[in-house]
Parts: sequence; C-alpha cells; structure tokens
Amino acid sequence: MSPEPFIRLCGVRKVYRTAGEEHLAISDATFDVMPGELVSLVGPSGCGKSTLLKVLAGLHPHDGGDLRIGSAANPFDPSRDVGMVFQAPLLLKWRRVLENVLLPAEILGLPLAAARERARELLALVGLSGHEDKYPYELSGGMQQRAAIARALVHDPKLVLMDEPFGALDALTREKMNLELLRIWKEAGKTIVFVTHGISEAVFLGTRVVVLTAGPARMADNFVIELPRPRTLDMKTHEQFGVYSRRIYRLLGME
Amino acid sequence: MTRSETRQMLARYTLGALAHVALILAWYLFVRFGDVPKYVMPSPGATLEALLEPNYDWWSGIAVTGTEIFAGYFLALVVGVALALFFTWSKILEAFFMPLLVSLNMIPKVALGPLIIVWFKYGMLPNSLMAFSIAVFPILLTTARGLSEIEPELLDLVRSLKGSRWQLFTKIQLPGALPYIFSGMKVGAILAVAGAVVGEFLASDKGLGYLMLQVQVTLDTPAMFMAVILITLLGVALYGMVLGLERLVVPKDARVA
Repeated sequence: MSPEPFIRLCGVRKVYRTAGEEHLAISDATFDVMPGELVSLVGPSGCGKSTLLKVLAGLHPHDGGDLRIGSAANPFDPSRDVGMVFQAPLLLKWRRVLENVLLPAEILGLPLAAARERARELLALVGLSGHEDKYPYELSGGMQQRAAIARALVHDPKLVLMDEPFGALDALTREKMNLELLRIWKEAGKTIVFVTHGISEAVFLGTRVVVLTAGPARMADNFVIELPRPRTLDMKTHEQFGVYSRRIYRLLGME
Repeated sequence: MTRSETRQMLARYTLGALAHVALILAWYLFVRFGDVPKYVMPSPGATLEALLEPNYDWWSGIAVTGTEIFAGYFLALVVGVALALFFTWSKILEAFFMPLLVSLNMIPKVALGPLIIVWFKYGMLPNSLMAFSIAVFPILLTTARGLSEIEPELLDLVRSLKGSRWQLFTKIQLPGALPYIFSGMKVGAILAVAGAVVGEFLASDKGLGYLMLQVQVTLDTPAMFMAVILITLLGVALYGMVLGLERLVVPKDARVA
C-alpha cells in the first residue's frame, strides 16, 4: 500500500467578497501532496496561488470542498507545523540574524537554549555560518532569503510554504538559490509547497507541478515531474524539461 | 570599524568643530573691526562677561527653564507614546481620534499661550504645559505611524504560528516603531525648548526667558546673548540625551533620520 498523502485537497474553493461582489479566488483545487514532496504551484498573477498558500497556512478559511493536512500516522498541528517564506525576506531590522531565525521558536514558546542550537545548525545548513551576529542590512538579498528559510525551519515544522521566495532576486542568484533549496529540502526532509510564476523554476524544483490559471481562477493541471535527482542546471536543456515546460506554457495560453 | 572609517569619521568631526569655531571667530572679527555698538552686537568676550553679573542669577534661571523644558518634554513623551499605544489597540478609537489630533496639531501652540496663562496663572506649570503642548504632537503622530507600519506578511507569519496580540506587539510592532518614536522625540525635544521660553516671555517671574525680557529693558545685549546661548545649550543637552538613548536601543540601520 502506498503511503497516505500529507495534504489532500478535494474541490477546494475560496471566494472573496468585496462590496457585495463575489470574486472567485480558487475553484476546485484538487490534488494530493505526499509526505516529503516539493510541489510547485505555478500560474500567472491573480490565479489564486498565494491565496491557496494562505488557505494551507490556516490564515484563511476555505469556502467549499475538503482540505485535510496530516494523517493518523503523520499528525499535523496547524499552529506548530507550518513554516513560511515570502517574496521579501521580512527579517526584523533590529535583530541579529540568529535572533531573527529564533522568532518562531519564541512565539511558540519553545525552550530557547535548544532552539538557539538548532538555529545555528540551520544557519550552517543554509550556508550562513559566521553571519549569526550580523544585522540583516549587512547581508545581500540572497543571504537574507537564506536566513528567512532558516527561520521557517527553526521550529521543525512538517510543512514549509514558500510564496515566490526567489522572485525578488536577480536571475543568477535565483538559479543558485534553486540549487540551494533542493539541497536544503533533501537534508531537512520537509514537505514543501512552492508558489512561483516561473515556469522553468517550477519544473526544475518540483516533484510535481500544479498549474493554476487566472480568469477564471481554476486548477488546470497536476502532473509528476520525472526528472532524475539530484537535479542539475544542465537538465534545463534536456528534452524532457522542455516537454514539461511547453505543457505549462500551453495551459497558460502562451503557445 | 576599520582604520580608514575611523579616520573618515575623525575628519568629519574635526570639520564640524571647525565650522563652529569659524562662526565664533567671524563674530569676534565682525565686532572687533566692524565698529558695532555693544548694545547691538556684543563681542564673544563681552557675552561671557555677562555671566559674572551676580544680579542675573544665571544658575536659578537655568534650573527654572531647564525644569520647565524637561518636565514638559517628559510629560509629552509619556502622554504621546501612551495615546499612540492606546490607538493601536482599537481601530475605531484611532479612526475617531486621529483626524481630530491632526487638526489640533494645526493650531499654532504658541497662540495658546495667553489662554494657558488664564487657566494656570503664571509660573513654571503653565510654561511646562506650553512645552508639553508643542512637543506632544510630533511624538504622538510619529509613534502612531510607526506602530501602524507593519508588513502584512509579517502579520501572516505571526498568525500562522498562532502568535498572540501581545507577542505581535512586543516582538514586532513596538521594536519596529522605536525608530519612529525617536524621530518624533528629536523633533519634540527642539520644540519643547521653544515652548518653555515662549511661556516665559508671555508671563513669568523667573527663568532665562524672563531674564531676557528684563535685560532687554536695560539694553544689556550681552546678557541677552548669553541667555540665548544657555537656552540653546539646554536644548542641546535634551537632544543629546535622546540621541544617546537612540544609539543604545536602535541598531544603526533601523534608525530614521
């Protein structure tokens, strides 16, 4: 028997109401995420992908359908098991890097000595050893985002939600961070849902890609990426990579 | 700090100090060679000599005006920050009071002077209140703004961890607002000095402002100069304390100029 999915969405809908008007943000999102998967949610602006992420984070209720996270064998505590990374690093300017990473542990009231130890390990994992006592402004954009990833992992969540985390970085740093994320994901062993509007980024990172389209917002496709791991940058020139990319381009009406 | 940075900073400080010395020198030369009567423009030396005049009782003047400034300022700080905190707790309160406060801020506080005297007689209390009324608004308005400037996604981050309102306030809102609070405090510090002195001009029987009016009658311009310098130094002391406190609690990059 195959393992149970960690996240199961079945016909999930989300409606925004503004000034008496209803605006459908997500319609009929149906897909599963297996434990330890890295699922890319790709789509244009306004397709509801960030909204879907917020629904998964428990920040917004959904209006219809079924959403289940966790299973009997792999329980999920919505207050402790979510780590979030946003497009902006959102580090607190007045805290040193290590203290920034500790923020979720402080909010959750975890034992701080152990959390501090873990924060150091995570900073090493994301390649920021030696920068623990710096202030955010002393780090480059890519390094700040690495610290934000360490922060999302410090309370050892089972699910990490990333909302275009590399969208604000330059193209080269972004490619580098993609490789870094794959390495961190492999070592940390988390389930990751990764929102992006970069088609090649979605294919490169994902074990699976879920395609969302805008106007009206709906889920258009959901398929497994069968590229070998570890992924390397030269895979982007492989034929199969192009096949996957074209499949997404077509769905987004760009071909 | 590296050596070259230290040298650069030293050079900057030296230049800054030089500008002050140059001004005093220009003042001296102007009086020395400009044939200016002493009652129009006393020399730096004559101004210093005014300190020796025992009738003027400088120390008590400094103590009185200083107390008015610091008391009014401290009250403005407590009330300004407390009201701003109060507003962050309730959106409705803020929506109700903030526009009113912005309108009240438009009142030239100096114009309230005669009224404050009617209400509180004359003396140190009304002068402190003048300092308070003029210093409280920048502190209140910048603090309120600082507390409301919170990135929505940071809010999401805290909410995703089911953080409490109190945690959000102590860990993110308040430290995030500190640079704004200090920026309001710096503006307020300068205004408080003006408020106290204007109060003394309007009605008082002691203090440096009162002394200025007295020596104005006798055309003792050197003493007037000295009074202005002492009032300025009181302002510098207050401003310096605020600046020092800011250096202690706000890291460099987070400061608002």
